[in-house]
Amino acid sequence: MSDLKDIAFKVRQHIIRMSTDGGCFVGASLSATDLIVYLYAEYLNINKDNLEDPNRDYLFLSKGHDVPALYGTFAEIGLMDPERLKNHLSTSDNIYWHPNTKIDGIEFHSGSLGHLPSVALGVALDIKMRGGKNKVICILGDGELNEGSCWEAVLVAGAHKLDNLIFVVDRNQFQANMATEDLIPLEPLHDKFTAFGAAVKRIDGHDFDALRGAFNAYPFEEGKLNVVIADTVRGKGLPSIEARADRWFCNFNSEEVESLLKELAGEEVTQLTSETLVVR
Amino acid sequence: MSYEELLTKLALEDDRFVVMTAENRALVRNLPAKLGKRFVDTGITEQTMVGAAAGLALRGRIPVLHALATFLSMRAFEFIRTDAGIPNLPVKLSSFIPGFLSDGNGPTHQAVEDISIMRGIPNVTVFAAADEQDLVGMLPAIWASPNPAYVRINTRQTTYNHSPFEIGKAEVISEGTDVTILTYGLLFEQALVAVDILKEQGLSVGLVNMRSLKPVDEAAIIKVAKTSKLVVTLEDHFNTGGLYSIVAETLLKHQTTAKVMPYGLDGKWFKPALLPAVLEYEGFTGKQIAEKILGHTTNAIQPEIATPEFAE
Repeated sequence: MSDLKDIAFKVRQHIIRMSTDGGCFVGASLSATDLIVYLYAEYLNINKDNLEDPNRDYLFLSKGHDVPALYGTFAEIGLMDPERLKNHLSTSDNIYWHPNTKIDGIEFHSGSLGHLPSVALGVALDIKMRGGKNKVICILGDGELNEGSCWEAVLVAGAHKLDNLIFVVDRNQFQANMATEDLIPLEPLHDKFTAFGAAVKRIDGHDFDALRGAFNAYPFEEGKLNVVIADTVRGKGLPSIEARADRWFCNFNSEEVESLLKELAGEEVTQLTSETLVVR
Repeated sequence: MSYEELLTKLALEDDRFVVMTAENRALVRNLPAKLGKRFVDTGITEQTMVGAAAGLALRGRIPVLHALATFLSMRAFEFIRTDAGIPNLPVKLSSFIPGFLSDGNGPTHQAVEDISIMRGIPNVTVFAAADEQDLVGMLPAIWASPNPAYVRINTRQTTYNHSPFEIGKAEVISEGTDVTILTYGLLFEQALVAVDILKEQGLSVGLVNMRSLKPVDEAAIIKVAKTSKLVVTLEDHFNTGGLYSIVAETLLKHQTTAKVMPYGLDGKWFKPALLPAVLEYEGFTGKQIAEKILGHTTNAIQPEIATPEFAE
């Protein structure tokens, strides 16, 4: 447990360091951090030595804009040289605002929402056809659930009884600069997925014991798509931006970054002066 | 006048306008308060937004739609074709961060085939603005036309003072007998730099802003082909289906030949980074454009390129 907390702390430091000189999607990365750390560091059978193994697990990051959390996790679990994170947005590398497969460990490029539920579904379908035992996870944003293709994938996964597929919703309550419930309300989300034929668990996405409890219950129900709704806080770890609609894409100055790193460690809250409502 | 100010003014004057977005409010932050129910944010649902726009147009409205260029033109492609194109409804598409303007987002966000696919739909008209002044100058006519329209939005500032816009007409900036650059959108800014460098090298250089890509100004293309020794099609788009193709089709249609240099993306998406680094890496700064046309390096200095500011 303390190990996961340590890793998550370091991943958040990496995210903050990537939020300058062009910036990144900080809030969504921080909400998904604990989830991604738990899955890679403890739950999934994915490591640098088995990436070519067809029997390993898979994780598809469909809400691709939280990729800084993935880069940071890769750096901490040995999938990526941490030095490479300094190449964020440099033409000398391929570390930019959305995932791409030039980075070992990234399964598929993303950034256009609502694509990877179906790609993950195809992988899960093949594993079933071949009688495999590996799991396929797809992480979705809550705003991403606006896209109809997500719900098509849920229906099709149900039709094909893909209980080896787990959709995880990072339920951080925001999409870009709006609260989800103010724009396109999703609740009651648990009931929606259930009505679409999935087996659903809703947990605190920042509580490693809760994450463990949910994922260790896999498969939730034989023949049903597994859905985990992880309730999270956008910007988690940085009270100065937590749950703020205007802090989505952030491009902080270097002083703010230093101050935010202290804020993450529990010191005083940063007085942010950089532009809000940045759109990418 | 900014894009948002123009849209606000026109929408307040004419209640046929309905402003829509698939949760991309960068250009229209102040419109919910101004337009009330005539501002509709459908969330991240490009297909539903376009279908709904067709429904609104059926009832006499002029919907102006906002989304990122890839998602608007490609996610909703068949809805544009079937629901706006086939019935020829005045659905107006404002396509945000097209071409190189998506800078560090990666290929999912790179609309470098949008001109090709949009102009392939009968009835759909296609435009690209060289800068915000050009954009604001062209939109009243585009939005007043009875056709569906796709507009590459570009709110960057340049020092150029554009002439009045007319659908189907190119803007001839200068004429030259050695080389003429045909371009549109963001790269107009770099073309101005390239033209200055080429002129310093003693060449007679022309520049044309091809802001109306469909309908296109065929006469302007034919004139350039006949008077300029080299024609360069400069675009942040794949060579397939964009301006290079438009010029090729036009020359063939008029049984004219010319020496044409395609200066676009050749079958690959571009390297994601901040815009100035993208232009440099891909060879699209004004200095690089001029030197590639010349075939040798120069001592010219590339002016600094501003990083896009999409914040409110």
